[in-house]
Amino acid sequence: MMKGSNAIGEAAVQAGCMCYFGYPITPQNEIPEYMSRRMDEMGRVFLQGESETASINMVLGAAAAGARAMTSSSSPGISLKQEGMSFLASLELPAVIVNINRGGPGLGNIAPSQGDYYQATRGGGHGDYRMPVYAPGTVQELYDLTMHAFDIADKFRTPVMLLGDGMIGQIVEPIVLNKKTEVELPPKDYILDGADGRPSRIIKSLILDPNEMEEHNWKLKRKYDLMRKKLPQCEEFMTEDAKLTIIAYGTAARIAKGAVKRVRSEGLQVGLLRPITLWPFPEEAIKNLAKKSKLFMVFEMSTGQMIDDVKLAVGGRVECEFYGRPGGVVPAPQEIARIIERYWIQKEL
Amino acid sequence: MKPVPFHYCPGCGHSIVHRLICEIIDEMGIQSKTICIPPAGCAVLAYNYFDIDVCEAAHGRGGAVATGYKRARPDKIVFTYQGDGDMAAIGTAETLHAANRGESITGIFINNAVYGMTGGQMAPTTLLGQKTSTSPFGRRSNVEGYPLKITDLIAMLPGSAYIARNSVATPAKISATKKSIRKAFEMQVAGKGYSLVEVLSPCPTNWKVTPVEAFKYLEERMEKEFPIGVLKDITKDKGK
Repeated sequence: MMKGSNAIGEAAVQAGCMCYFGYPITPQNEIPEYMSRRMDEMGRVFLQGESETASINMVLGAAAAGARAMTSSSSPGISLKQEGMSFLASLELPAVIVNINRGGPGLGNIAPSQGDYYQATRGGGHGDYRMPVYAPGTVQELYDLTMHAFDIADKFRTPVMLLGDGMIGQIVEPIVLNKKTEVELPPKDYILDGADGRPSRIIKSLILDPNEMEEHNWKLKRKYDLMRKKLPQCEEFMTEDAKLTIIAYGTAARIAKGAVKRVRSEGLQVGLLRPITLWPFPEEAIKNLAKKSKLFMVFEMSTGQMIDDVKLAVGGRVECEFYGRPGGVVPAPQEIARIIERYWIQKEL
Repeated sequence: MKPVPFHYCPGCGHSIVHRLICEIIDEMGIQSKTICIPPAGCAVLAYNYFDIDVCEAAHGRGGAVATGYKRARPDKIVFTYQGDGDMAAIGTAETLHAANRGESITGIFINNAVYGMTGGQMAPTTLLGQKTSTSPFGRRSNVEGYPLKITDLIAMLPGSAYIARNSVATPAKISATKKSIRKAFEMQVAGKGYSLVEVLSPCPTNWKVTPVEAFKYLEERMEKEFPIGVLKDITKDKGK
C-alpha cells in the first residue's frame, strides 16, 4: 500500500534518480519529505532549495553533470520553474518535473484541479519548445510512469513532466513495486565531467545568429516530431460500441470511469478515452473514435483546456461538448452520470 | 584560455580577470576538472575564452546551477563568474543561499556598478548620484536605495570560508586580485566552504568615460564605496 506522493519518490529512487531538489508547497510536501529520508538512505543527494526557481536550476546543474535529477512542486511553484524548463528544453538536458496540480490561478487553493493543462502542454516557459507530459490515473501508474519518465528524459534529452493532482498524490492504493526495465539509452556524450583528455564542452542555449538559432529550433522540432510518433499513450474503456465517448484524464478519468459503469448498467452505450500522454496528445486514437462515436464529452476539472486538443484532433468530424468543475471541486461519478444522461437525451443518442 | 580575441570593450575588467583565472587554473593544474558557470551579461560569452567545460545558467541562477552540479560531482572544481545583476539583484537569493549552505563552490563577482550588456542601466551596486540609463538623474537613496554590499552580507554567514574584495585599478591591485582568486580556488579544493571574490571593475563604455578615466574612477570612487580587503578567511580566523 503506498500513497501517491511516496510512490513518485520510490519510483524515482528505483529509476536511479541521483539528485532531488525541491521546495515545500501543498499538496505535494510528502514528496520532498519522503525524498529527504530515502535519498539519504541511498547515499544520494537531497537538497531543499531556497525556492522553486532555485530548485529547477539545481536540477539543471545536476543534469549537466550527468546525474538523473528530479524536482516536484504544485501549480504556482511550477510557474516559478518555467524559465528553468525552457532552458532545459533548449539545452537538451534530461530532467523529471512533477506537478501536483492544485486550484488556481494565483494562490488558488490546495484542492485537486486540472487547471495547469495549458501550462503543461503549451509550455508556460518561453520559446519554441514542447515537453512530454504524462498524466497518471492510479498510484500504480504514478509509480510506473515516474520510472518511465526518467528513461524518456534520457532517451530524448528533454525535460519530462508528470502531471498529477492533489487527489492522486494523497490516495493510498496497493501497488507492485516494479523493477526498472532495462532500456537502451544513448550515451551521455554531452555532459560536463571535466575536460580530461578531451576537448572542453559547452552547454548553452544562447544562439545569437538567427540562422543558427533557426537550425536549432528545427532540430528540436524534429525531436518533438519523433516523440509525436513514438510516445502517445491512452487507455480506452468500453469504447467499442460507444455512441458517446467521454474524454478525461487523471482523477477526472477515474470519476468518469465510475460514471460510465453507472450509465452502462442503464443500457447507455458510453465509453471513455483516457489520454495518458497529454503531450504528445493521442490524436490517432481520438481520430479513430471519432469515426464511431456520435458525441464526445470532454470532462475536465477546469474551465476547459484539453478540449482544445480534442477539437484539433477531431477536426470537426464529431460534436464535442464540455463539462467542467474547476477550483478544486472533485465531483462524484453520479454527477457525471447525470450529465451523460442529459446529453444522451438531448442529442437523441 | 582559447586563442580568441576578446569582444570586451577597451578598458573592461573582464579581459583582465579572465586572464587571471585562466593563469590560476593552469598553475593549479585543474583545467581538466574545472567547470565554469557564466552569467547573463557581457561575460555570457565566457565560454569563447575559457578552455574548460562550461554550463550556461539563466540570469542570476549561477549559484543554484553550481550547487546542483557540485552536489552531483563533488570532485570537480566549480566557479560562477557573475556581474552585479547576476549576483546581487535577480540572483540574490541563489547567491546568498549557496553561501549559507557553505557550498564548496567559488563565486567570482565582477562589480562595475552598472548593467553593461543591456546598455548601462542601474545596478544594485550603482553609487549614489551615479547616472545610468535607468537612473538618469543620478541614484537617489530615497527612491532607489543604496549600493548593495552583498559581499559584506555574505561574509557574515557561517557557511562562507573566504570572502574578499579586490580591484583591478593598478598592476599591484591586479596582482593582489590574482592572489585572492587563487586563495578562493584553494579553499574549494580544500573543501572549506563557500568562497567569493568581488572584483571592482571598470566599464568605460557605460560610465561614459575613457578607459584611463575609468581606472581613476575605480580607485577614487568605487574603492571608497566598496573597500578592498579580505572580509573573511576561516583559515586565518578572521571572522566577522
